[in-house]
Amino acid sequence: MTSHDSVAQTPVTRALPDPMIRLTDVEQRYKTRDHDVLALTDVTLDIGKGEFLVLLGPSGCGKTTLLRIIAGLLQSTGGEVKIDGTPLWTKNTRNDTAMQELGVVFQEANLFPWMTIEQNIALPLKLRGVGKAERLARARELCATVGISGFEKRWPRQLSGGMRQRAAIARALSTRPKILLMDEPFGALDAMTRDAMNLELQRIWMETGCTVVLVTHSIREAVFLADRVLLLSPRPGRMDTLTEIEIDRPRTTYVQSSPEFQNYELALRQRLDSFA
Amino acid sequence: MLGKYASWIATPLLLVLLVLIWEAYVTIFDVSPFILPGPGAVWDATLVLLSEPKTYSHIGITVYETVVGFLLAVVIGIVFGGVLGKIRWLERTLNPLIVGLQVMPKVALIPLFIVWFGFGPTSKVVLAAVIAFFPIMTNTILGIKSVESGHRDVMLALNASRWQTFRDVELQNALPFILTGMEVGIVLATIGAIVGEYLGGSQGLGYMAVATLNAFDVTSMFGVIFLLTILGLILYFAVVMLRRYVTPWHEAVASARDS
Ligand SMILES: Nc1ncnc2c1ncn2[C@@H]1O[C@H](COP(=O)(O)OP(=O)(O)OP(=O)(O)O)[C@@H](O)[C@H]1O
Ligand SMILES: [Mg+2]
Repeated sequence: MTSHDSVAQTPVTRALPDPMIRLTDVEQRYKTRDHDVLALTDVTLDIGKGEFLVLLGPSGCGKTTLLRIIAGLLQSTGGEVKIDGTPLWTKNTRNDTAMQELGVVFQEANLFPWMTIEQNIALPLKLRGVGKAERLARARELCATVGISGFEKRWPRQLSGGMRQRAAIARALSTRPKILLMDEPFGALDAMTRDAMNLELQRIWMETGCTVVLVTHSIREAVFLADRVLLLSPRPGRMDTLTEIEIDRPRTTYVQSSPEFQNYELALRQRLDSFA
Repeated sequence: MLGKYASWIATPLLLVLLVLIWEAYVTIFDVSPFILPGPGAVWDATLVLLSEPKTYSHIGITVYETVVGFLLAVVIGIVFGGVLGKIRWLERTLNPLIVGLQVMPKVALIPLFIVWFGFGPTSKVVLAAVIAFFPIMTNTILGIKSVESGHRDVMLALNASRWQTFRDVELQNALPFILTGMEVGIVLATIGAIVGEYLGGSQGLGYMAVATLNAFDVTSMFGVIFLLTILGLILYFAVVMLRRYVTPWHEAVASARDS
């Protein structure tokens, strides 16, 4: 139990002077026919500008719920979400300015089968009224960024799962959002593709300087990608610990075999096991 | 490999076999041509029909009624289906009425349509449209409602307006469903036009079938039925072909092309 003495796990949150995302007392109750479920409670957290935050926790602890709340897909039953100082909701109306800053990637690529890859990637720009030539140029540029050049004119079903997920990331990036929200984006991919995608995501994040909130089940993925890992404990989902990962960037796949990396992994693993 | 070509050989063979059995039956049992003429006689009668100019004007009338009725059904069916698919409370309110109208035998309305629209082609156009309308509308509603929740989430996260979601997602998602409705619709429209001609008026292939029967020319009547079948097939496959151009992205289209 002494192996991770060096790992700083703090149960407390510190307020940031100018956070990208501010969560205050966020709570979510799901009402079902016979009983209410308290899925998430007491979430108070500041996420810094340009930070890479990973949400980690056992199944059913409310990770997806929290991400959907930040994405504006779900209005929390309690508390408040502020995006770059602007409340995401005013009464029951979503704030358009706050929504503009967000890009979301889901576990499934969710590409539209009736649009080619470039049309899919350009869709957010189309919805914002960007002209056809301009948005398709941006789509081609993004295909290069995520490594699927040459597939612009293909239908989504003609791409592999990994390539589809790359396209989904490109779509989320098309509007140059300040915040990228990802719910187990690589959960459906094989281990090798997943490692490659993690490296690419780190590169894209470093290039764009955006704030990322990523949900994962994988401790390794969490330690590899995160500036901070927020561990959620289950029933009801609440903040357990925040772990700062102080490993230099850019991180390489080999860093995973370093003692400090394994220290972080072990510390998180022990904390997770304590929930069971 | 074998499966790929089997249908190209088996289907014509089957047809030839059926015609041979028909011919044999008529010859062996010496069936009266007033009951069932042989295939050879029907073929000759068809050729005679095709040599008469008035046949073409009858064909033209039937095609006109079917196609115009069908197109009306497509436009109105998609508009109604689109509105009802998007506005849930309206659909719930109108649902009993829609189901009622759908199960009502539309053919029973022909006398009414003749009173309203006369003995000319208009009453048949209306009947064809009314019959073809329902499968197109209900399939449009189904297609709009069956958008995957993941796709809805994407549009929600992109802060898309209701109109944008309709144009770029719901309508596109509904297209394969609409095409299925149209395949049913074109068959029903053809039936509608012909039954309309049977029951009232003096034009079209349906009228010709009745006229030849009244003249005890059963062989020619079979010729008319043969022409009607060919016409129905052409219209049906025209709609089926549409799928390739309207939804080239669809799995069903891709697998049909590959096999
Ligand atoms: N729409 C809903 N209605 C009712 N209960 C829900 C709903 N969505 C989630 N829940 C409940 O809320 C809790 C948290 O669910 P959530 O999907 O956020 O967990 P998760 O951490 O993302 O799990 P996983 O790791 O398996 O994806 C679960 O107990 C779940 O049953
Ligand atoms: Mg989840």
